[in-house]
Amino acid sequence: MLSYTLRRLAGAVPTVFVIVTIAFFMIRLAPGGPFDQERSVPPEIQANLARAYHLDEPLGQQYLRYLGDILQGDFGPSFRYKDFTVNELLADGFPVSLQLGLAAMTIAVIVGFAAGAYAALRRNSAIDIATMSLAMTGIAVPNFVVAPLLTLILGVWLALLPVGGWGGLSHAVLPVVALALPEIAFVARLTRGSMLEVLRADFVRTARAKGLSERAMVVRHALQAAALPVLSFLGPTTAAVITGSIVIEQIFGIPGIGRYFVQGALNRDYTLVMGVVIFYAVIIIALNLLVDLLYPLFDPRVRHD
Amino acid sequence: MTDALAAVPRSPWRDARVRLLRNRAAVVAIFVLGAIAAACILVPSFAQWPLDEVDWSSIQAPPSAEHLLGTDGNGRDLLVRIFYGGRISLTLGLAATLVAVVIGVAWGATAGYVGGAVDGLMMRAVDVLYALPFMFFVILLMVFFGRDVVLMFVALGAVSWLDMARIVRGQTLTLKRREFVRAAHAMGARPIAVVARHIVPNLLGPVAVFATLTVPRVILFESLLSFLGLGVQEPMTSWGVLISEGARAMETSPWMLLFPAAILAATLFALNFIGDGLRDALDPRDH
Repeated sequence: MLSYTLRRLAGAVPTVFVIVTIAFFMIRLAPGGPFDQERSVPPEIQANLARAYHLDEPLGQQYLRYLGDILQGDFGPSFRYKDFTVNELLADGFPVSLQLGLAAMTIAVIVGFAAGAYAALRRNSAIDIATMSLAMTGIAVPNFVVAPLLTLILGVWLALLPVGGWGGLSHAVLPVVALALPEIAFVARLTRGSMLEVLRADFVRTARAKGLSERAMVVRHALQAAALPVLSFLGPTTAAVITGSIVIEQIFGIPGIGRYFVQGALNRDYTLVMGVVIFYAVIIIALNLLVDLLYPLFDPRVRHD
Repeated sequence: MTDALAAVPRSPWRDARVRLLRNRAAVVAIFVLGAIAAACILVPSFAQWPLDEVDWSSIQAPPSAEHLLGTDGNGRDLLVRIFYGGRISLTLGLAATLVAVVIGVAWGATAGYVGGAVDGLMMRAVDVLYALPFMFFVILLMVFFGRDVVLMFVALGAVSWLDMARIVRGQTLTLKRREFVRAAHAMGARPIAVVARHIVPNLLGPVAVFATLTVPRVILFESLLSFLGLGVQEPMTSWGVLISEGARAMETSPWMLLFPAAILAATLFALNFIGDGLRDALDPRDH
């Protein structure tokens, strides 16, 4: 177990390294710089700016400096938001993104699992077909289409909910739902498939044969086994929610990391953009690792020896 | 089995086609997609209104006899713009998928066929790339190197080949041990010839399925980038651009959001159903 953990951690290091390297060189080699938009700046000030941000050093030296800073958890100063470090901006936006993402993930897993399991138990019934058609819709219709449509219907036409901003619970409903819908659909399809397989398994037949009621069999045996594939997809689902939140935050004007990322990208805020990319990449890698490590707790057949 | 049926020559592809045509959802999806594709080709060329002609008498006008789907904020015909955008979206989807298939098949087949340390190294590279948040990189690419359509499809294709490589490698590993591959070796065929003549043709089934499912993903991705303003730029348009314009004007002109969203959803639906149908048709193990 320990050696497996260490091996996986050792495997994650080159991945993070590749991410940092690609991000660094891609951004530095791109045409245009962060201070291009400031018009008619005398060359001396240009030079001072460049020196202050170490942009005058050779590329290799900048890269090594950046690697060193990252190792100490320092993403450097933001190029655009003067007087702010990237760490401060991340610390500012992350709680918002985290709330949004956690709420969406929780809803996606609970609703998706319940719907998928129920559909499998009532296979080929009207409910099954309706659930799976809805799930197909959830997968086919992207959240940047769902979000404006929901806003149009619930926010504008029925005027039940605010159409944007971030504050109370009512502000969170539309973005959380829009973010959760595709994942609900995904989890529901996954659960239905695995539940159908579980219902054919030998241990279910044994449970039935020993006279367990259908309900007890489902609650005590089938649901647990059907949850395993969902568990192993939590990593990719998190990645999808993080990606989705970029769009959702932009649409609803939510002050989270996703919006910093898009703004940073549009403003050529090198350090901010790289900070976000590295930060999210590490989160996704860490979550995947965590899921893999916890997996044996839920499925004793899997052992990391 | 009756004599009449037995007399029909049966190949795996024929079987697959029969199974696909029996799948009603897939057949409907093929027709829907065909209709949308035909409209994308024909409508912008033969419509009464050119792509960027402004009709000063109807700015942001609701659907009417003159403009069947209304006009946008600049008085441009929405029907024409939707199907012109469809050209861009569908072409990008197909082109990027092609890039993904070529890279993925070449990479996966090589890794699987050569095996050993080369395989380990090549698949390790895929694992590392897999962990990257690609969405971010494509956004960076579009921002820093200009919002260029060609660059976009190369980027989208280049990030979509990883699954393909994994699938192809797995299939190649199994195929490699089959008798006909050994026979080809025994007859002195060169490795490249074996891969090209015997391995790759036998991969077509899973590749076709995966490609069908990649197209909607790429279209979705393109729309998303365009929606954020990082993809296709004026005067060109795509479904993502139209939806983004529609979302901004939806309070006063809901048709600007509803029509492009409906067409995009219909296309994605159709492609997903076709992909599922193909998978069921080409993989009889499920039946």
